[in-house]
Amino acid sequence: MENFDVIVVGGGPAGLSAAISAAKAGMKTIVIERGNYPGTKNVMGGILYTKPTNMVVPDFWKEAPIERPIIEQRIAMLSGDQCVMASHRDPAWTTEPNAHSVLRVKFDRWLSQQAEKAGVMIIPETIVEDLLYRGDQVAGVRTGRGEGDLGAKIVIIAEGVNNFLAVKAGLAKPLHPHNVAVAVKEIITLPKEKIEDRFCLEEGQGATIELYGDSTAGIMGTGFIYTNKESISIGVGTLLQPLIQQKWTPNDLLEHFKAKPYVKRLLQGGETKEYLAHLIPEGGYTNLPKLYRQGVMVVGDTAMLMNSLNREGSNLAMISGMSAGEVAAQAISAGDTSEQMLAAYERKLRDSFVLKDLHHYRHMSKFFENNPHMLKIYPEIINHAAGMYLTVDGVPKKQRQKEILRMAFKRRSIPGIMKDIYGAWRALL
Amino acid sequence: MHFVVCLKQVPDTSEVRIDPATNTLMREGVPSIINPYDAHGLEEAIKLRDQLGGKVTIVSMGPPQAKEALKKAISFGADRAILLSDRAFGGSDSLATAYVLSTVLKKIHEAEPIDLIFTGKEAIDGDTAQTGPGIAQRLGFPQLTYIIKIIDISESSITVERKTESGRQIVQAKLPALITVEKELNEIRYATLPNMMKAAAYEPEVWDSKFLEFDIMQMGLKGSPTSVSKIFAPPGRSGGEIIDGTKDPVATAESLVQKILQQNIIMVHPLVKGGKNE
Ligand SMILES: Cc1cc2nc3c(=O)[nH]c(=O)nc-3n(C[C@H](O)[C@H](O)[C@H](O)COP(=O)(O)OP(=O)(O)OC[C@H]3O[C@@H](n4cnc5c(N)ncnc54)[C@H](O)[C@@H]3O)c2cc1C
Repeated sequence: MENFDVIVVGGGPAGLSAAISAAKAGMKTIVIERGNYPGTKNVMGGILYTKPTNMVVPDFWKEAPIERPIIEQRIAMLSGDQCVMASHRDPAWTTEPNAHSVLRVKFDRWLSQQAEKAGVMIIPETIVEDLLYRGDQVAGVRTGRGEGDLGAKIVIIAEGVNNFLAVKAGLAKPLHPHNVAVAVKEIITLPKEKIEDRFCLEEGQGATIELYGDSTAGIMGTGFIYTNKESISIGVGTLLQPLIQQKWTPNDLLEHFKAKPYVKRLLQGGETKEYLAHLIPEGGYTNLPKLYRQGVMVVGDTAMLMNSLNREGSNLAMISGMSAGEVAAQAISAGDTSEQMLAAYERKLRDSFVLKDLHHYRHMSKFFENNPHMLKIYPEIINHAAGMYLTVDGVPKKQRQKEILRMAFKRRSIPGIMKDIYGAWRALL
Repeated sequence: MHFVVCLKQVPDTSEVRIDPATNTLMREGVPSIINPYDAHGLEEAIKLRDQLGGKVTIVSMGPPQAKEALKKAISFGADRAILLSDRAFGGSDSLATAYVLSTVLKKIHEAEPIDLIFTGKEAIDGDTAQTGPGIAQRLGFPQLTYIIKIIDISESSITVERKTESGRQIVQAKLPALITVEKELNEIRYATLPNMMKAAAYEPEVWDSKFLEFDIMQMGLKGSPTSVSKIFAPPGRSGGEIIDGTKDPVATAESLVQKILQQNIIMVHPLVKGGKNE
């Protein structure tokens, strides 16, 4: 049996970042990935934030396969065929990017090449089936191949949202429909010029649109549209539990979204190239697994590090991976891979925005779970109000404003609205 | 014994489409694989090496990305992999490819005498089935094509079973020889973890056109007399006919028989008069 300092299970952004930081600190590191190569199994919208990614690979965006720097972000409320929208645009983000659209198949593959350059060995097409123990200490992994055991001083579990190994290791609980969202997504090809014209972009620039409300038939979640170089990523993601209750299939929901007049026009003439589906961990702060134990740490989606509101998943994955890799190297160099030593990993996450943000939004999932009307009623009220406000038909404005308020209070009582505002304020601010 | 496998990286043709407007192959995003027939040759070579001892060398001509296929061959257990990669080889048809490969194989043969060369019966992206025989001819090796079984192999000879259009043939040849193989030859193994790790750390040797003395008139586009005049997607098949079999089984069978009789797929035996229960 061959021995490594660090074995990383899973070649997603979390696992590759962990491997890069461990290898850079001189650790003999291996990544085991079940896909044909890192990236093949990975599904993401996907918007990748620049600064957190720079922390893992400095100036990555100058050479990594990215699609477009995002200069405009729109947020919309859909109700029936109506739509109210707000947006922010800053062309300066072309040269000083804040975020990029990426296609994960390409990006992860590139990231794995960076890992190889740092000295990481990457073994694809291989499944880790179990962990090996020495007493209570995790001491390696068992893969599905012949002569498939490997020893390690530390194992980092980066298996993504399907947390089989983390559960086996006693660190996490099995996934529950309350704690996961399901997302489906298509990549639709369109010529560059069409994309730039339809989204009012200069050459190479990118835009995002997030749509709430009827985009997901009022179910807690969003519809999203991101521009790539020569394609558009479009998808919907919602909590699993209400989706099941309301008997929608993810695919029907996506078709429902694509048929919206505003959306349809953006996609017109495009050809669907890929269809992807994936789970997203939505447990939030209150459902975090145990992050470490003697000889083992969990990172990325396995650790439920996800902030959907700001579509931050892969950056949290990369930062957590990097931190775990660093802590692994320190522990191994100190010759102490005990639980106390690895607690430094959790401290790092607590000191960074990763757990601070999750803590900040800790009430969010409960709030939306208990108030499923939020994305049904408010998009409706807002769209109606805007429609009424913009109608010019001889009714004096003062009277129209009263009508608007009456319309709103008919759909939701004054105490109800007060309660919602308070609840949303507590959950989000 | 020294076994050499000629191996080609090909697009996974089950995922290639033809652009109906331009009649060109749409290769974008199509994964590359080891030509499946070659993979069976590789498997057999490794099996024989494990039984008889010796060495398996892989030779492939292709672009730099073909290194991936060679590393994969190492993960199955091959010992050495050589990639012939140079712009000057680009555009070679099966004639030019056979020229380049045989030149290289001669060189290898001088250094480490070869006992048996394996190629696939054909590459799935061209279906020409000429490269293997072309190599054998140039090396002066006996060629055994469409092999489904190696019955016996000794220091000096090999006995194999080959598939022909009308049946099976058992033939024997002196070694060194070249065989082109069918998929029935064997089942491809699942690589062990130590071999996967060996492959991950392995760098295939890359030989360019200056490595040996090549005649540039015989390789690349210059050495390739084949010209493709047209590529087109075959028309889609029209759907079959469905005979309703839910009611009367006798009538169903009869109408089926009538239809295949009309197509001359079966004929009424002369002894059966009229064809109907006489
Ligand atoms: C539709 C969708 C849109 C998203 N959009 C965004 C976005 O815009 N921005 C953003 O930042 N995030 C987004 N996310 C979230 C983001 O994709 C994830 O947070 C991120 O991929 C997590 O990375 P990871 O490395 O933890 O897990 P993954 O990327 O899931 O990687 C896990 C890897 O482990 C491998 N693996 C699993 N089990 C084993 C095993 N037993 N043995 C070997 N290998 C194994 C898998 O094959 C996989 O490659 C989106 C997610 C989805 C589904």
